Amino acid sequence: MKLHTRLASVPYLLWVVVFTIIPLLLIIVFAFTGTDGGFTIENISAVGRYTDVIMKSIWLAAIATGVSLFLGYPLAYIISRHSARQQNVSLMLIMLPMWMSFLLRTFAWMTLLEKTGVINRLLGLAGLGPFELINTSGAVVLGMVYNYLPFMILPLHSVMVKIDASVIEAAQDLGASPLRVFFKVVLPLSMPGISSGITMVFVPAVSTFIISRMLGGGSNLMIGDLIDMQFLGNAYNPHLGSAISLVLMVIILLCMSIMNQFDDDVDVEGVLR
Amino acid sequence: MKDVLIDLRDLVVEYDGERVLNGLSLQIRDKEFVTFLGPSGCGKTTTLRIIGGFIEPVSGDVFFDGKRINSLPPYKRAVNTVFQRYALFPHLNVYENVAFGLKVKRLPEKEVHSRVEEMLEMVGLRGYERRGVAQLSGGQQQRVAIARALVNTPRVLLLDEPLGALDLKLRKEMQTELKRYQQQMEITFIYVTHDQEEALTMSDRVIVMRDGEIQQEGTPQDIYNEPINAFVADFIGESNIIDGVMLHDFLVEFAGVRFDCVDKGFGEMQLVDVVVRPEDIRVVSPGEGKLTGVVESVIFKGVHYEIMVDAHGYHWKIHSTLPQEVGSFIGMTVAPGDIQIMHRMEAGE
Ligand SMILES: Nc1ncnc2c1ncn2[C@@H]1O[C@H](COP(=O)(O)OP(=O)(O)O)[C@@H](O)[C@H]1O
Ligand SMILES: [Mg+2]
Repeated sequence: MKLHTRLASVPYLLWVVVFTIIPLLLIIVFAFTGTDGGFTIENISAVGRYTDVIMKSIWLAAIATGVSLFLGYPLAYIISRHSARQQNVSLMLIMLPMWMSFLLRTFAWMTLLEKTGVINRLLGLAGLGPFELINTSGAVVLGMVYNYLPFMILPLHSVMVKIDASVIEAAQDLGASPLRVFFKVVLPLSMPGISSGITMVFVPAVSTFIISRMLGGGSNLMIGDLIDMQFLGNAYNPHLGSAISLVLMVIILLCMSIMNQFDDDVDVEGVLR
Repeated sequence: MKDVLIDLRDLVVEYDGERVLNGLSLQIRDKEFVTFLGPSGCGKTTTLRIIGGFIEPVSGDVFFDGKRINSLPPYKRAVNTVFQRYALFPHLNVYENVAFGLKVKRLPEKEVHSRVEEMLEMVGLRGYERRGVAQLSGGQQQRVAIARALVNTPRVLLLDEPLGALDLKLRKEMQTELKRYQQQMEITFIYVTHDQEEALTMSDRVIVMRDGEIQQEGTPQDIYNEPINAFVADFIGESNIIDGVMLHDFLVEFAGVRFDCVDKGFGEMQLVDVVVRPEDIRVVSPGEGKLTGVVESVIFKGVHYEIMVDAHGYHWKIHSTLPQEVGSFIGMTVAPGDIQIMHRMEAGE
């Protein structure tokens, strides 16, 4: 029995080693070596030159995450209070756009937001504009929210459906107004969903390069664009690219551990019961 | 009635066009221990939820202390509930669960503390304050649920099959304790159960329900001794229910034999249901009683033997402290006062 399970895990271990651990080590090696192959911390310190890009990435991703939470939370809650059938339909509708190519979806926003795009033309009919919609930070945030909102809603929903309706009734029964029911019961019980939703939106948003390139123009460079340039662009410098990736990874790990701090306040066992 | 606290008038509740409560009217007095008793699906929980404020009747009125409260939300009612599956707050510990209602009312921290501790003392959970509720046993969770409701000293406590999930011994213990809390705190208890024994032992008054209608209400003694129809008789305790004909006042014929009885006013030659409790049938020598039959089976039940007898075309259930031999002939008699006559229930009723 024990031998069997051990044997069965071998392929997965191999997978992890080949596709996760080795690449990770390679990135670390690249980040700490120069073009001559010798050890150096030059790459890491060079990342400092891009502080403003990194800060802007974190800022835009944070805004997008906040907006997604603000939009996704009530929606997830409303969905979770409906019948199983209605829930399935709603969740399907939310995931529907994800069945289309990410590139295509973002490209569609380009044609909507362009100077001569659909929105500006419609506004033009009303004698307004044209407005500078595309190539703005706002457009980037919009693209992030549009693309990653489902990643906020799904984990929130999956935690919220497990909140027993009778627990909410118990709170009402004990004298809690709807607002207090929300803050004293629903919100604390959905904390695990909030933190995983935030992680699931923030992580891809902070490292995106497609959205910023297509909707942000040249002025809204993000960490992802920097990395992309070092590997595939004219700047070609995989060592610097690896260093930036490593920094990005540290940022994400930091964010996640902060989120987990919040999680610990909640008895997840109890919630899942 | 003078001290009526809750007055339900002609309540109708429908789900998907299906009538769940069918014109239910009921008055509940202050400080009374009332039990809704009936089979699963008869509308007990629905009635409780109307009193709690979780559903509004399609028609009919709910009066509380003389005021109509049909659409008053639950959080504004002086009523607390012990839910069927406890519904404790999983993210709060025992203390915080019990303190919830008091904190919501923004009572001073000190008063909250002393009242919570007092309540935990009463239910025997002193020292469990910091435990998570998920780590408690079923019986302990039950006590938290009771303490959480009672700490608010509501006018009325609603209890929806609160002991259903506990084992027999614990259930008996909790029955006694609940009764004690009720008397000690002088709170009206409205208790829901499908367990007739529980209803009979705890209540001042029992309301027997069926298909969204009240069948009978009265003291446990009334309900047991004078069931109003065969359904109540069958549901409350065990009984033999036989077709009969009321020949005239004080004389009934069933199983092909005439019996003196104490009932009158049914009219002559009226078809009736006759109910005889198993403990009211006396075993005598064959030929001595009015009924004679063959013993089909004998089962030892602890205090008594349950004896099934085939006689006059019916299977009779007898409770007797003496066993009988399977296959033997015995005689049976019933005293006039132990024969209960009730109007025949119409088919499908
Ligand atoms: N939310 C609901 N939707 C549809 N039918 C319901 C709902 N709640 C209760 N019912 C139906 O109403 C009837 C009475 O239910 P209930 O009051 O819970 O009965 P009891 O508590 O006596 O077992 C049952 O037939 C039940 O199926
Ligand atoms: Mg019920």
